[in-house]
Amino acid sequence: MSERRIRIEGLRYNPEKDTQPRLQTYDVPFTDDMSLLQGMQYIKDHLDGSFTFRWSCRMAICGSCGIMVNGNPRLSCETFLRDLLPGPVRVEPLENFPIQRDLAVDQGRFVDTLASVKPYVVPAQEKPLSAGPHRQTPEQLAAYYQYSQCINCLLCYAACPQVGLNEHFVGPAALTLLHRYNADSRDVGWSARADVANSEGGVWGCTLVGYCSQVCPKAVDPAHAINQNKAKSALDYFGLRSLLGGAR
Amino acid sequence: MRIVETDVVVIGGGGAGLRAAIAVAMRDPATRVALVSKVVPMRSHTVAAEGGAAGVVRADDTLDNHFNDTVSGGDWLCDQDVVDYFVAHCAEEMIQLEHWGCPWSRHEDGSINVRFFGGMKVQRTWFAADRSGFHLLHTLFQTSHKYPSIQRHDEHFCVDLIVEDGRVTGALAIEIATGEFTLFLCRAVVLATGGAGRVYRQNTNAGIVTGEGMGLAYRHGAALRDMEFVQWHPTCLPGTGILMTEACRGEGAILTNKDGYRYLQDYGLGPLDPWPRAKAMELGPRDRLSQAFWHEDKKGRTVQTPQGSAVNLDLRHMGAEKILARLPLITHAARTFAGVDPVEQPIPVRPAVHYTMGGVAADMRCATEIAGLFAAGECSSVGIHGANRLGSNSLAETVVFGKVAGESAAEFARGAGGADLARAQDRARQAADRALGLLAAPKGERVAAIRGEMMDAMEEGVGLYRTQEGADGACRKIADLRARYRDGVKLDDANRAFNTEWLSAIELGMMLEVAQAMAHSAAWRKESRGAHQRLDAAERDDEAFLVHTLARRNGDGAPVIVSSPVTITKSPPRSRVYGGEGKQAQLT
Repeated sequence: MSERRIRIEGLRYNPEKDTQPRLQTYDVPFTDDMSLLQGMQYIKDHLDGSFTFRWSCRMAICGSCGIMVNGNPRLSCETFLRDLLPGPVRVEPLENFPIQRDLAVDQGRFVDTLASVKPYVVPAQEKPLSAGPHRQTPEQLAAYYQYSQCINCLLCYAACPQVGLNEHFVGPAALTLLHRYNADSRDVGWSARADVANSEGGVWGCTLVGYCSQVCPKAVDPAHAINQNKAKSALDYFGLRSLLGGAR
Repeated sequence: MRIVETDVVVIGGGGAGLRAAIAVAMRDPATRVALVSKVVPMRSHTVAAEGGAAGVVRADDTLDNHFNDTVSGGDWLCDQDVVDYFVAHCAEEMIQLEHWGCPWSRHEDGSINVRFFGGMKVQRTWFAADRSGFHLLHTLFQTSHKYPSIQRHDEHFCVDLIVEDGRVTGALAIEIATGEFTLFLCRAVVLATGGAGRVYRQNTNAGIVTGEGMGLAYRHGAALRDMEFVQWHPTCLPGTGILMTEACRGEGAILTNKDGYRYLQDYGLGPLDPWPRAKAMELGPRDRLSQAFWHEDKKGRTVQTPQGSAVNLDLRHMGAEKILARLPLITHAARTFAGVDPVEQPIPVRPAVHYTMGGVAADMRCATEIAGLFAAGECSSVGIHGANRLGSNSLAETVVFGKVAGESAAEFARGAGGADLARAQDRARQAADRALGLLAAPKGERVAAIRGEMMDAMEEGVGLYRTQEGADGACRKIADLRARYRDGVKLDDANRAFNTEWLSAIELGMMLEVAQAMAHSAAWRKESRGAHQRLDAAERDDEAFLVHTLARRNGDGAPVIVSSPVTITKSPPRSRVYGGEGKQAQLT
């Protein structure tokens, strides 16, 4: 059987030399079981060692390999070349982030805002380890579990028009994380996170386009997480938070 | 060269590194911590652990059970004093993670649920569906934001340790985005850099699992211990090696050959009934299951797939509801990467390299032979895994010994003086020049060419079953590859900024040395024990080999292999028995 090949067009940008990004074309042999990531690794290993992209686990859990594939945000490890026939396949860095080199983007927009949403349990009272685990029923777990599944791949940032337009917008994954802890029965941190949630760059920065949830590879549904907090935020504004019940 | 002054440097941001950094911060907020990782911490390979973490919690379980399962699982090569400490501290670390928000799976009444794993007498694996490592890692990463004394240096690739007069005083790293060097000056270092599985071709490990932490310590004279013990996980996708967690079997999945026969009953793991029962059949330990596959394959009773031979991991009888609730990641991964829906069809699986039992020799306080250098997690050998690690003990190890390493380092830092700046800078400049030399090489081979031959040599000579001839052959081949590496690797990319080809060339240099330590240790151990199986020495030999292997670097030559004693306190070596009679167990 003759070897099948597919063309991959990669965006290239080297901050030390280039003033502008450009596209470079590679022809890659492939088999039906090959992911796009494996195609890119072939380029790196055999054709051009300078082609730069992030990857690690190759099983869609580490969140490293998000890129634009023919204009859509995808994880390259779980995108298959057979689904992109006949090609060419265009691979570009995630939208809405500065490029560091080729497909590697500066992730600061997400990583540097994490601390502001206080992504940890703020307990009502510190409990010694000797007191054992909290009780948390499957129902209480379900209240936040979906939002704890985010792998921080940043596809939602590439999908979100507000991330591109509003530099103060905290962003879908960070706000989802904020909601994940707010919704946890062990946590009473809502008020500590309210400043961020209620700010211009917080939940109100979202204009409910919903593309973030469409591109999420883990069905986390950031749009839903953010918009649940709009209701809470509005009640906060009117001093009616107690309507939701409980101390949180 | 940028200089960062700090007290404790933690290299590696996975489970062990994050837990170590938090331990330093909790002990004393005035102790400065620099967390240096070649990836943003939540990308670390801990993220890919699926099944769960061990910790005695059920009323019908005891610390002695966990101890005995671990020591017999390790074929008596475990240091029993360290295992004692370990099992006594697992549950409190699981509770600590729970307090920090880890979404452990629960019973209806809200209490913690635990599941079976292989080689376990009673259920003791805490789990968060089948994304346990993911949740453990993200919980630690997110919680680390509580502690301002932890200064992160993400995407900084550590190229050398600064060691003066036998004491570590710093670490040199490349800031990946710019290619500039940063010298961290400190009083203590925690190595938490993970394993070295990527020296093999077919494995479950992420691309970043390249063993530099081991290489860094080894180059400065620390011994690598028990490096011949490499774990093959029995259930991985052919070709990619993607892991299908042991929790599948803990939840009731079975393994069959091409005839639908549960072949494990032929390899000392039967009889079949009553099923399920602890420590029998599919709930046997990983080394035995992987070895059974090898024999089954030799007999021609495996299934042939385009990516090689396989057996069937069959979950179907568990029903869609349980499969989706307990094993969502596996379901997704099998559908995506194998094109198989586990609700409808068995998953083709085969063994792949999963874990390095050995590592930088360290004591119960995680102290290595180099003063001020501590090691925790997969890069270390504190002595709990012996010749075969029990499933669920590695995630538990990251947090139990991550904490110990952090506390030990903080304590050491308090009593230690600072670095001699001029000498440290001098060392750092030399190390930086060596790294930069790789960028400037005018001629040589491709990184991928040497790396590929190394992987093949390891698969062939230091595989699931070994012989003297095979291991010696791997030793010769790796020596040859080291010589070729010294002759030169030629990079396509001569730039500094985000040059991942350069980083992979540095990784390769250390991988070759770690691979060489593995091959020579395997050639030295003329017996079969746990994961180290010799066709030409099929029995365990306690007279000659109930000892740890220590590999010491010897410049460009072959490592020197010596032995060191195993600490045995209360469990004298017995024969390692699985299967047999037993009562039916209730899966949870």
